[in-house]
Amino acid sequence: MTSASPCEDTRAGASLTAEPVLRVRDLQAHVAGQQVVEHVDLDVAPVGVTALLGRNGVGKTSTIKAILGLVGRSGTVELDGTDLVPLPTHLVVRRGVGYVPEDREVFAGLTVRDNLRLAERRGSTHHYDLVYDLFPELHQRGGQAAGTLSGGQQQMVSLARALLNDNQVLLVDEPTKGLAPRLVAEVSRVLARAAQVAPVLLVEQNLQVVRDLAQHAVVLTDGRSVHHGPAADLLADDELTQRLLGVHADTGDQGRPADPEAPA
Amino acid sequence: MSTVVLLLFTGVGLGAIYFLVASGLSLIYGLMHVLNFAHGVFLSLGAFLGFEVASRLGATTWTGFAASLLVGALAGAVFAALTERLLVQRLYERHIEQVLVTVGLGLAAVALFDGIWGTDPRFISGPAWMGRTTSVLGANVPNDRFVAILVAALVLLGMVLFLQRTRYGMIIRAGVENRAMVTALGIDVRTAFTLVFTIGGVAAGLGGVLASHYFGYVSPLLGQTLLIFAFIVTVIGGLGSLTGAAIASVLVALLQQFANYYLAGTGDLAVVVLLAVVLLTRPSGLMGRRA
Repeated sequence: MTSASPCEDTRAGASLTAEPVLRVRDLQAHVAGQQVVEHVDLDVAPVGVTALLGRNGVGKTSTIKAILGLVGRSGTVELDGTDLVPLPTHLVVRRGVGYVPEDREVFAGLTVRDNLRLAERRGSTHHYDLVYDLFPELHQRGGQAAGTLSGGQQQMVSLARALLNDNQVLLVDEPTKGLAPRLVAEVSRVLARAAQVAPVLLVEQNLQVVRDLAQHAVVLTDGRSVHHGPAADLLADDELTQRLLGVHADTGDQGRPADPEAPA
Repeated sequence: MSTVVLLLFTGVGLGAIYFLVASGLSLIYGLMHVLNFAHGVFLSLGAFLGFEVASRLGATTWTGFAASLLVGALAGAVFAALTERLLVQRLYERHIEQVLVTVGLGLAAVALFDGIWGTDPRFISGPAWMGRTTSVLGANVPNDRFVAILVAALVLLGMVLFLQRTRYGMIIRAGVENRAMVTALGIDVRTAFTLVFTIGGVAAGLGGVLASHYFGYVSPLLGQTLLIFAFIVTVIGGLGSLTGAAIASVLVALLQQFANYYLAGTGDLAVVVLLAVVLLTRPSGLMGRRA
């Protein structure tokens, strides 16, 4: 892809044994009385990208939402020695958890500038320089309603909202979903840069992106974490990838068609 | 011609009062998905306390009238803020319970007003000018209509400026769109909840004072009677849309006035028919987003 992945960062190798930034144990999540996450253990390495993988509907997004407290949850989620489970979502986030949701979830009726202003977290410096350096387009389109942006531009707003603040960890859910290949490369480049600022937990279906970015991988099956290890080892093992992810490692994408989305 | 003009002003004046109730309902539903069945009693309390203050300071003086508006707004605000903090917020996300508790509060407050002020209507008098009429294109329009329209227009302007220009306004607009994502940005939306209730209470309290002048009396059931039409207005306008509430208020009130006059007093029926038509053709209301 376009940019050096943080794999080459020498600290990444050491981080396998280093204290995780986020330690999730026996996480369970329920939505409308239904248990959607049964038992998830995972560590987010203090450096680089940890990928959260699995077939569709195994509970990856629910795991992310449970870490944030956006769905009912139990278990422990430890960030910097504090258990986040008793905290409401806004306090979880203020502890330095950046979130890029699946489907972007920008505020369509607000301008790009207001989307960013709303994301300014108290007690954090606001890195507009970084954000506008990564996404100069957002500066030009500051006065435009976010709902009128293309899918790729909305993803930029969504990423920018998270990168604007100081974060201890970034939770990024399917950032390349539905994007054209050129934009997938762009998002991948941004994530590589983001991972230099804060460690990332990344849900991603596009295995090429995972290969480029992730050092560690956790795989879910039916709401349970069933595999932990170096991402490269998982993706090198065709039999294992086939069994856990339902794809051949070398074909890349997990059978999801990308809607071609025209950049405006 | 003069009849049409009179009906127009009377209709828009009534629409102004509907708007003062419906704007709060719509914002509250839009942000919190709470159907506030106690909203009418914010109005009644505003009307009663406004009436008390005005009669002490001199009901026929402008000072008395201005003080009644101020006290009405304040009473509505305090009552609404307390309702949100003490009752609704404890039932966050439990919608059936929220409906039950607001219905219960509505009934209890009406009974309380009965106990304090009696069940008979109290007749209101205001500054002499408000009881007189002004001739517009041959129609003698009661002056209190103009006051209601002016106050409602100022409230609408104030709300729009607040929503567009302030950070809390931005939080409320974003929260109406996607409340979960607002919290996921590290924002405590509960402050915005209390604020929206308070703003709704201010508008309802003002509406109470103006409604008591418009109808000429205040009674314990005044607010809850208007609430029914305000709910219809809110649904027709689109739940959560302030502009929708403003347009639908005027539309509903005009339809009601004209049908009452020209179609043998069928105003209420006409409003229900309009509601049915809107629900069948545009279920999310005139300005509502798709559910």
